[in-house]
Amino acid sequence: MSIMEYNGGSVIAMVGKGCVAIGSDLRLGNQALTVATNFEKVFPVTDRIYLGMSGLATDVVTLREQFRFRVNMYTIKEERDIEPEAFAHLVSSTLYERRFGPYFIEPVMAGLWKTQKGEHKPYIAAADLIGCLNFAKDFVVAGTASEKLFGVAEGLWEPDLEPEDLFETISQTLLNGVDRDAFSGWGAIIHVITPDKVITRTLKGRMD
Amino acid sequence: MNTFVNQFSTSSALSVIRKAQALVDDDEEFSDAAWGSEAGFGNLAKGVPSFSVPAVHDPTAFLRLHTDDHADPNCRIKIQHGTTTLAFRFQGGVIVAVDSRATAGSYIASGTVKKVIEINPYLLGTMAGGAADCQYWETYLGIQCRLHELRNRERISVAAASKYLSNLVYSYKGMGLSMGTMICGWDKTGPAVFYVDSDGTRLKGDLFSVGSGSTFAYGVLDQGYRWDLTDEEAQELGRRSIYAAGHRDAFSGNTCNLYHVKEDGWRFLGNYDITKMHYEGPGDVPGSAKTGYGYDVRVEGRVSSAAPAVAS
Repeated sequence: MSIMEYNGGSVIAMVGKGCVAIGSDLRLGNQALTVATNFEKVFPVTDRIYLGMSGLATDVVTLREQFRFRVNMYTIKEERDIEPEAFAHLVSSTLYERRFGPYFIEPVMAGLWKTQKGEHKPYIAAADLIGCLNFAKDFVVAGTASEKLFGVAEGLWEPDLEPEDLFETISQTLLNGVDRDAFSGWGAIIHVITPDKVITRTLKGRMD
Repeated sequence: MNTFVNQFSTSSALSVIRKAQALVDDDEEFSDAAWGSEAGFGNLAKGVPSFSVPAVHDPTAFLRLHTDDHADPNCRIKIQHGTTTLAFRFQGGVIVAVDSRATAGSYIASGTVKKVIEINPYLLGTMAGGAADCQYWETYLGIQCRLHELRNRERISVAAASKYLSNLVYSYKGMGLSMGTMICGWDKTGPAVFYVDSDGTRLKGDLFSVGSGSTFAYGVLDQGYRWDLTDEEAQELGRRSIYAAGHRDAFSGNTCNLYHVKEDGWRFLGNYDITKMHYEGPGDVPGSAKTGYGYDVRVEGRVSSAAPAVAS
């Protein structure tokens, strides 16, 4: 069995109107055995950027700390918060550094960036395990349920969703997607990032 | 003469019969099985069922290469593997409980599979391993059990039925049959459970669980099992064990089907959603605890962070 499916888990991000949403399931498994049902895979990077990682759990934890360190160094040097696009490239180069012995994770990023006029524009991106970036205009997925999530998202997503509608769309996509995957599920967590606040909700999901 | 005319007429009664006979002869070119009217058991008219075998020197080795996942996990005829099934014998009969999930790799292909095969009103078989193998051979077993009844004016014992199945699958050993089944029922000797698998193993016992989730089911089952369980306690134990397996095992889940076999035959008790059992319990059924089975549901509010201070 592939190392990418060893612990299970899935992540998804979606674009809305002036907002973005990102979420993950809560399962941590050891192959078929479900070990924990409170393992979050999405972490805050700045007030307006969240990073989700699916794949090998040990690398998820290692890279969370690695990225925290590098973002802190960037913030100190630049004396400002990192922008989503710069962060995406930071993630990409960090992963490519291990081109010949990669971390077994697939990152998904969601954030808002400020235009010169002061507007907040949504930004999402995903990458493979060695850092090939994929900038999407609609949604990105990763993890053991990625194929199923693509299918559901393709059917449910529409442009210009308001924060509450985006929350509903990403929640339904995630919950129904992971219900067709044996290695993901057991509850979910969603963050909706808006210019003035982040809405975080833990969802009840199927527990089998 | 009228008869002479009739004999060669194309519209007389005689010619109609001639035509009908010709049609019947045409029909004989097709075997009855081709019409599907005998549920795939058409070839039984010749005595025993027969299957076409790969045209190679050693069919057993050929089939093992293509169906055995130990030999080559990538190149095999896809067989359903993830499952939890259990059956146990107690004072009040036999409880049979199974999950309903079918997986193909990590994909959940179905959540509404019937894994209990109703062989006849007194016999149940469970399904783990190859769905088609279990379904076909347990239905075939049902036919043989009925023939036994007609020949001997007496119902077949569970021991005899299970031995018939185990001898049968043993004759196909190495050909890629995959089944792990429990034959459960009630006969002259009382409640009975036999474990039969495609290796040819046949075991008599009080308590069995089969499938990828069996270890989780055994955990709950062993902890709560007694011979003198009441009917309600036993039914609850079956449900609770399948829940545990559905919760912890990635390849088991969705719903639990529960059966109870008593002296007058088996009875289907219900279909219980495993997530619903986690959050709310099985509902208003005899023996139910009226609360969710889930750990975080049962201990809600009683966590270490809210524990009272220990007096020193």
